[in-house]
Amino acid sequence: MDETGVLRRGAHVLAVSVREQPRLYAYAAGGSLVYGGMIVAQSYVLGAITGHVITPALRQHHTSAAALLISAAVILAAAGVKVTGIFGRRLGAGAMQYALQASYRRRVTRRYLTLPMSWHAARPTGELLNNANSDVEATWYPIAAFPFASGVAVIMVVVLVALLLTSLPLALVGCLVFPAVVAVNAFYARDMSPKVGRSQQLRAEVSGIAHESFDGALVVKTLGREDSETARFEARVNELRDALVAVGRLRGTFDPLLEAIPNLGVLAVLLVGAGRVDTATLVQVAYLFVLLAFPLRSIGWLLAEVPRSVNGWDRVQEVLTETAGMAYGSATLVPTTAGARLTARGVDFAYDGHAPVLRGIDLDLQPGRTVAVVGTTGAGKSTLTGLLVRLVDPGAGSIELDGTDLRELARGAVADHVALVAQQTFVFDDTVRGNVTLGADLSDDAVWAALRLARADGFVARIEHGLDAMLGERGTTLSGGQRQRLALARALVRTPRLLVLDDATSAVDTAVERAILDGLREETDATTLVVAYRKATIALADEVLWLDGGRIADRGSHADLLARHPGYAAIVSAYDTPAAP
Amino acid sequence: MRAFRRIGRLAPQFTEGIRVTLLLALLATLGRIVVPVVIEAVLDHGLRGGHAHLGEIRDEVLLGAAAILLTAVSAVAMNARLFRATESGLAHLRVLTFRHVHDLSMLHQQAERRGGLTSRVTSDVDTVSVFMQFSGIFLVTASGQLVVATILMFVYSWQLALLVLLSFVPLGVMSRRLQPTLSAAYGEVRRRVGEMLGAIGESVVGAPTIRAYAVEGRTAERIDAAVEATRRTQYDAQRLAVGVYLGGESGAALANCFVVVVGVLLGIGGHLSLGRLVAFLFLVTLFVNPVSVMADALNEAQNALAAFARVLDVLDTPTDVADPGEAGTPLPPGPLGARFEGVRFAYPSGPEILHGIDLELAPRTRVAVVGETGGGKTTLAKLLTRLMDPSAGTVSLGGVPLPAVPFSSLRQRVVVVPQDGFLFDTTIADNVAYGRDGITDEEVAAAFRALGLGRWLAGLADGVRTRVGERGEALSVGERQLVALARAYVADPDLLVLDEATSAVDPATEARIASALEALTRGRTSVTVAHRLSTAEAADEVLVVEGGEVVQRGTHAELLAEGGTYGRLHAAWDAQRTAVG
Repeated sequence: MDETGVLRRGAHVLAVSVREQPRLYAYAAGGSLVYGGMIVAQSYVLGAITGHVITPALRQHHTSAAALLISAAVILAAAGVKVTGIFGRRLGAGAMQYALQASYRRRVTRRYLTLPMSWHAARPTGELLNNANSDVEATWYPIAAFPFASGVAVIMVVVLVALLLTSLPLALVGCLVFPAVVAVNAFYARDMSPKVGRSQQLRAEVSGIAHESFDGALVVKTLGREDSETARFEARVNELRDALVAVGRLRGTFDPLLEAIPNLGVLAVLLVGAGRVDTATLVQVAYLFVLLAFPLRSIGWLLAEVPRSVNGWDRVQEVLTETAGMAYGSATLVPTTAGARLTARGVDFAYDGHAPVLRGIDLDLQPGRTVAVVGTTGAGKSTLTGLLVRLVDPGAGSIELDGTDLRELARGAVADHVALVAQQTFVFDDTVRGNVTLGADLSDDAVWAALRLARADGFVARIEHGLDAMLGERGTTLSGGQRQRLALARALVRTPRLLVLDDATSAVDTAVERAILDGLREETDATTLVVAYRKATIALADEVLWLDGGRIADRGSHADLLARHPGYAAIVSAYDTPAAP
Repeated sequence: MRAFRRIGRLAPQFTEGIRVTLLLALLATLGRIVVPVVIEAVLDHGLRGGHAHLGEIRDEVLLGAAAILLTAVSAVAMNARLFRATESGLAHLRVLTFRHVHDLSMLHQQAERRGGLTSRVTSDVDTVSVFMQFSGIFLVTASGQLVVATILMFVYSWQLALLVLLSFVPLGVMSRRLQPTLSAAYGEVRRRVGEMLGAIGESVVGAPTIRAYAVEGRTAERIDAAVEATRRTQYDAQRLAVGVYLGGESGAALANCFVVVVGVLLGIGGHLSLGRLVAFLFLVTLFVNPVSVMADALNEAQNALAAFARVLDVLDTPTDVADPGEAGTPLPPGPLGARFEGVRFAYPSGPEILHGIDLELAPRTRVAVVGETGGGKTTLAKLLTRLMDPSAGTVSLGGVPLPAVPFSSLRQRVVVVPQDGFLFDTTIADNVAYGRDGITDEEVAAAFRALGLGRWLAGLADGVRTRVGERGEALSVGERQLVALARAYVADPDLLVLDEATSAVDPATEARIASALEALTRGRTSVTVAHRLSTAEAADEVLVVEGGEVVQRGTHAELLAEGGTYGRLHAAWDAQRTAVG
């Protein structure tokens, strides 16, 4: 990215911010103008007091109470208005920044909820979290300084004009000092941002090594690798140290410089102004320079944040302008409790830019029947389950539920009839009840019934607070098997007409799994498709599909497939084979 | 304060050359009063008698300019030294802590504590570093500036100096008093941001579940609520911070009133010159920023101190499993037998897990440890490898009690293959090299071939140079175990301790693992914590652990004949195995 490009695009982002939050921007920039205006006013006040009150009083050894009182009142009044300006500027800028962050976080997450699963699958989780969090934050970070800097820029012009009307030499000093401060700030920002970027990168790397090394502590310890791990960590820590020292050095060089310039300006004012303007004007202009030193730096802060902001904006826009979506029809299915019928005809599926995962899949799940899908890792089993609940759409062919193509069904209609329990269970940061109902209006009796059927009632009853116990990050932690049973209850409470289990009981004890499957068989009418490895699971199926290389290679009873396919036999008996003697 | 002294001892880098740095700091802060001093000189001398003595003014200004440049150079040098010292000290502290964490026993490295330990060497040290680079240096220069300005004010007029201090004191005190409130407000912001990130994370990580159950609306509502709560708390904190910030401005206004009113009265009495009076007005500006930002800086100082204390906390945790080092007795050469004598174990403040184990394991035997989860199998294995020390009794290897064995000998001869076969984010070859330094790619490939995994390795795109990804996630769970087995193989241990994986592995890989295990354990003493009874069937000896005791031992056939716990376990497993065909 060339520099002018960054600034141009940064200006675009700032323009967007004003367009979206004009009221807050007006408050903040108005506050900044008041603040800057009061700085000018303060210097005029002090100049006037010096000229009209202090100098005569000291010369004549006499003053009036009125003069002193008026002076004090004017000083306080100017400070009072200035404080109001600071309030407006800082609160307005804060409100604007936070409002923009909130608004874009909502927009990005809305997109996440509507973008198709294939889009999600193609992107790492960390990247998506960053888009919604740190990228949005970085985009609007300059807003903290933006209204301040805009107000200050206006004030600077006003001050230069005023100086020009007072004295040409003093105006020339101003013309040197103000742009010098801005220019040095700009250089500072330009040199700083790559250095800060590098230290941030190294910080992440150091953190990555620590995470990994502590996660693998057992391996490190038992292989006696403490020394080499420490050396690996130390090398990166030293790089980080050098990067941080470089950042510090730069700051440590520019900060004194930025402080020295206005001070030198004041000295220049004294040198140039003495004898040309009266004492009062001299004090006034010197004071103005001292007071303006701080606000002038806001322009530098703004410039410093622009590159990061532009990067963040680009990444956020990538999500927001993504057009992929899933279209829904308007059809609904007749509500009934009987098992659903699902048919697939010639279904192909490939992830973007990859070889096909499934080819020519034909399925006919009759109401109430249980079909098991068996296949090697990567045979396409999970993809198949995703297609059946319309997490993704087939590349070719069609899938019909009770004779209606899934793509013609209204949004949410598939979920009303079909429930998927995925291999990777997901527990929401919510209560047990919330995790089962997912907000649906269901009675506690219904929740308990589903938990019972999933054999999860036992452990839930033992958790403190039962259905109201918080789960997830800040709540009770569940074992893998307990999570799976909870996910199963989440599916069962909806009394689905088609139940799709993708290796959903892999972490459950075999005996408990057996009890669950028997229960399902006896107590529900649902059509069931189950992806399985264990013989006990397969035993419950009316039919077994042997999925191999993305195709249904064969179908039949367990015994048939066992006889016909050595590969099938190897898979289903692997768990029962003792280690070779 | 004691913490600071301790740190100085732990990381001498912090205090290296501190005298010169402090001297430079003194020079640098003197620069802050150059402008008021020159103003005083110009007004009282250069412009005395209403005439401009241009020569004198020029000299005064040039002297001032020289002083400003000198102090700027001092500031640059001070900053560079300060940053180098603090960052070097922090880097050293990071590495010390990192190493200490690895030296802690398994008790302290348990999964639930790892996140905390990681933040000790990452975010906690970062917090201190950020504090040093911003608020830390600010506190140093601000307090120096206040001291120098105060001294000068007392030189000019002690009465006025007292009044100026008085006008800032109440505001300084107030902002200090408000600091806990401000700190709490920032804490609330962090908490809300954490919750918001959790909610956003659900929309990404839980996307398949959200889609499959059509709960996008509810998810969006939850995110919106969290985003809005964050925005509100951010704004509230900002409002409080602005309030505190205004202390400086208000104090300055009050001080200026005093200076004008009282200064004029003193001046009339001949106690204060015009130059000194005006210089006071400039000195007052030096108070504004320190007083305004003091509360924020103190807040950060407190955070940094707390972070520092957390780091020290880790360093203060004693390494309970200590290395005898050179003074110890190395293990005798050849295959190792093991002996447990009266071994008991309890986690701190937990119930006893092992109740007096007496056991002798012959060299070159393959031992399988079976029993219910929670019976003490894994604890037994951890004691055998000295990942923890027993609360009573002795574990010996090859006749040497474990506490007497130097780690260098122990870790070389005894290797553990953990359940999850943890891999580092690098290539397969580098991961295997964790078992033996400096091993060539060809030797790595040979190791795989020796374990019967040559074909599997050949099937990988980049062979031994294949990258395994974060935590090995580019490989399947089972494949990760294969690499872990090769890593153990090249370490060529005399005692191998294996924690069998419980998670489901695809059957083809399962078969590979079984044959690799067979090759790996051949001719060595091995102890396997077995979760599948097939492993026990193949072992030379089986230990049945139940309720913290070894309740049965013998060969599979003997134990089967004996019945008891083993008979029960076997019957349950057998029933499941033969459930189908």
